[in-house]
Amino acid sequence: MPINYIFPDYEVIRDKERCVKCLACVRQCANEVHSYDDKLDIMKACNSKCVNCHRCVSLCPTSALKIIKTDETFKINANWNNAAISDIYRQASSGGVLLSSMGNPEPYPIYWDKILINASQVTNPPIDPLREPMETKVYLGKKDSKIQRDEKGNIKYSKNPNIKLSVPIMFSAMSYGSISKNAHEALARAATELGILYNTGEGGLHEDFYQYGANTIVQVASGRFGVYKDYLEAGAAVEIKMGQGAKPGIGGHLPGTKIVGDISKTRMIPEGSDAISPAPHHDIYSIEDLRQLVFSLKEATDYKKPVIVKIAAVHNVAAIASGIARSGADIIAIDGFRGGTGAAPTRIRDNVGIPIELALAAVDTRLREEGIRNDVSIVVGGSVRNSADIVKAIALGADAVYIATSALLAMGCHLCRNCHSGKCNWGIATQRPELVKRLNPNIAYKRLVNLITAWEHEIKEMLGGMGINSIEALKGNRLMLRGVGLNEKELSILGISHAGE
Amino acid sequence: MLKEGQIRIPSGCAISGIFDKSGNKISGETIVKSIKIMHDRSNGLGGGFAGYGIYPEYKDLYAFHIFYDDTSAREETERFLEKHFDLVNLSRIPIKKTPKITNEPLIWRYFVNPLPTKLADNHLDEREFVSRCVIKINTEIEGSYVFSSGKNMGVFKAVGYPEDVGEFYRLDEYGGYCWTAHGRYPTNTPGWWGGAHPFSLLDYTIVHNGEISSYDANRRFIEMFGYKCTLLTDTEVITYIIDYLHRKQKLNLEEIACVIAAPFWSKIDKMSPKNKEKCEYLRNTFASLLITGPFSILLGFEGTMMALNDRLKLRSMVVAEKGDCVYVASEECAIREICASPDKIWSPKGGEPVIIKLNEEARQKCL
Amino acid sequence: MKRVYVNEEWCLGCHLCEYYCAYANSGEDDMIKALKDKKIYPKIKVEEGENISFAVSCRHCEDPLCVKGCITGALTQKDGIIEIDQSKCVSCYTCILSCPYGCVMPSETGAIQKCELCIKNSCGEPACVKGCPNNAIVFEER
Repeated sequence: MPINYIFPDYEVIRDKERCVKCLACVRQCANEVHSYDDKLDIMKACNSKCVNCHRCVSLCPTSALKIIKTDETFKINANWNNAAISDIYRQASSGGVLLSSMGNPEPYPIYWDKILINASQVTNPPIDPLREPMETKVYLGKKDSKIQRDEKGNIKYSKNPNIKLSVPIMFSAMSYGSISKNAHEALARAATELGILYNTGEGGLHEDFYQYGANTIVQVASGRFGVYKDYLEAGAAVEIKMGQGAKPGIGGHLPGTKIVGDISKTRMIPEGSDAISPAPHHDIYSIEDLRQLVFSLKEATDYKKPVIVKIAAVHNVAAIASGIARSGADIIAIDGFRGGTGAAPTRIRDNVGIPIELALAAVDTRLREEGIRNDVSIVVGGSVRNSADIVKAIALGADAVYIATSALLAMGCHLCRNCHSGKCNWGIATQRPELVKRLNPNIAYKRLVNLITAWEHEIKEMLGGMGINSIEALKGNRLMLRGVGLNEKELSILGISHAGE
Repeated sequence: MLKEGQIRIPSGCAISGIFDKSGNKISGETIVKSIKIMHDRSNGLGGGFAGYGIYPEYKDLYAFHIFYDDTSAREETERFLEKHFDLVNLSRIPIKKTPKITNEPLIWRYFVNPLPTKLADNHLDEREFVSRCVIKINTEIEGSYVFSSGKNMGVFKAVGYPEDVGEFYRLDEYGGYCWTAHGRYPTNTPGWWGGAHPFSLLDYTIVHNGEISSYDANRRFIEMFGYKCTLLTDTEVITYIIDYLHRKQKLNLEEIACVIAAPFWSKIDKMSPKNKEKCEYLRNTFASLLITGPFSILLGFEGTMMALNDRLKLRSMVVAEKGDCVYVASEECAIREICASPDKIWSPKGGEPVIIKLNEEARQKCL
Repeated sequence: MKRVYVNEEWCLGCHLCEYYCAYANSGEDDMIKALKDKKIYPKIKVEEGENISFAVSCRHCEDPLCVKGCITGALTQKDGIIEIDQSKCVSCYTCILSCPYGCVMPSETGAIQKCELCIKNSCGEPACVKGCPNNAIVFEER
């Protein structure tokens, strides 16, 4: 119906001089954009189905394809832009909640890009990472506050379990169900080779991946999918998911049509039933309830594994973090408002939560003011895009970072933000076997290793430039940062001075 | 121009130290002679000394050396001291006026003991009580600064070349079993005497040559435990770290070196299992107290002196021995100036502490 | 000896191997010129079934039936690689019938053709291996 019509966002431009009609685009587009009319011997494209995932563009052997943003538009209106108008049409037509995938794409400020890093000169020499050892190893977990000795005077070592990382980077939670088994395999193998950890997300741990358990964080989310004794035993750490940066305050919903075969088995729910993760954990309505769950998990794992509590960055994140630190948790993971997701209501993703840079600075300062910073480690995520972001995060006070979107990009994702359709052309956010095939873990895991290795080298270069040879000397070292284009309040919250001071 | 404590001032410097293991007194003149020859390593903007064993007649009392901007600061401070301590002796510190040292504040010296009633009330051990009082005076009483607060030891410092500072305080009239000295080369004008080195808390003194890049990471960690880094200097934070690890966590000097100049992980991995476990535990528990950046420090405290370089050895340090005397300095010439032919002279490896202690007999005598 | 092997779990049925093969053996240096508006005769063919696809090319058998059956000696085996001299081929198609893998086929000219591991063109390593977007086709010793 004309009243429902929303013009396509993207147009497929085919250079007819270059196209050799190999039909790879027709065969590979899961959205059925391309077709070949053999009677007329012409190639056709249906723009309205195109999601700008670049699958056809990357595969075309003669580079004959181009996807462009349509120049069709409503009358230019800075307030009612194209998206605002089309969203109304969609909702008037469907009566439903708008759904989106991946992280907040709106132009809110990116504080990483307004922070600058120091380098040593003259009074303090920089260090050359190619000639001197440059250490990036970190331990996450609770540290002892008082040294105890036995009768002989020897130090009694800590009972607090810590996890060891070769670099302060971990792969963040992405559930099996939101991403494919092949994607999980790539993450697990890369984490093992690199000496870091990956996270199962709330979809449970597939039995084929128990072998990578030493490099796995098992997540206990509000739906408790796949949680049982062996699951908890299998991982190196247990993470309680209280919230997620992309959708603070709400839960998740994987429709029953996707709960089949291995997904159903791994989540331990019947095939065809909807997998609903409720908004709160229904046994955690307050901080003291959280403490109970933390200790239940520790009892179940014999106090051998650190417990992580993951929260979304919201307004009173500092107070919440302080409560969590006192609840017995070993590590606090904070997810900023730019965090990604397989599917979330658009309005929540784009309007709820706060930037991770500010949340991190506030939490680190608050925990130090209360004298409890050494009782927990802090891990942050929610759009860490490159090694400079990592250096800045650690200087603000983080022990390590969680990356997810960056990892997906390394595996082939083109951020077309159509994951919720389940037709990911790159084999990542889909369960359809013919699409999942497209993500070859042998290729993907190597790309993840390459990415983290490259970042490790860049981090070492930046550390050496600052005259530091050990990452722990950067943690919370805010004097190594300066701000540009930030107002007094922002500088004060971040705890850094302005460039020039 | 901001004052010390309002802005962080990087600096390069000179250090020197002498220690007689048998407890024999060394004249202050000797240490002045040693640091004088390293004149070019300073720029006249700060110099200072620490002497141990210099007040044998008051060896059981705390010796407070205090700077006052004016008389009202002195009066307020003395009121505070009288409430918390038994003042056994007080006087202006003896000085010799010299044109090379100008703008001096009022400098007073007190020999005190904590009031037993106050101690009992506060349920604190004596040293914690004294350190809290000192920190309270320094942060809360305007214009007053306690720059030395140990037993049978004293810090002498000012803005000027160290040899001139030594002359000003008449150090040739003092004798002690251990002396450390420092000459400063800061890159701004601090203009404030309290900013010179050594920095001290109780009987811990630190003289330091270097600039630590981990400063803010260290500061923001140590401030969780009641310390306030008001001067924003490296020496201040190092002293607080040593006080915390030694006095509060009761680590010995080797263990402290394992925290602040921790061996590289690659070296720890090759150690024997027992040492490996220990180093890994200490380094991990106190990860934020790892000091990075060039440094060469001389730590003094009751009966002991420790010399330590950062693990990449980015600052010079030379150690020598002759008989019972041990000498440490930034340059060999400073040692040879006061000890022409030592038995042994060497440069310690980065990260390896050199620990010098009074022998048993001397400990009975001096402590 | 290295051969072209296909790991069918990764084959997506995109048929790009066929086009890269045709281009590599076309003698042209421009892909568009080689392939545009032409029927291609690739020496590797993708076969598709229910849920599986698989690219078939000459196995360079150790004991080749095609060479045995060739009446003119157009097919020979040198260093393990089975080569065809098209000038000698009389199109009797005995080899097509004998090949148990179905990887010999008529070329554009009528003489037969088959994969020769890109040794006669300027490709270097086999074009199908280079062009496969999912590493389904590999060139290795087994």
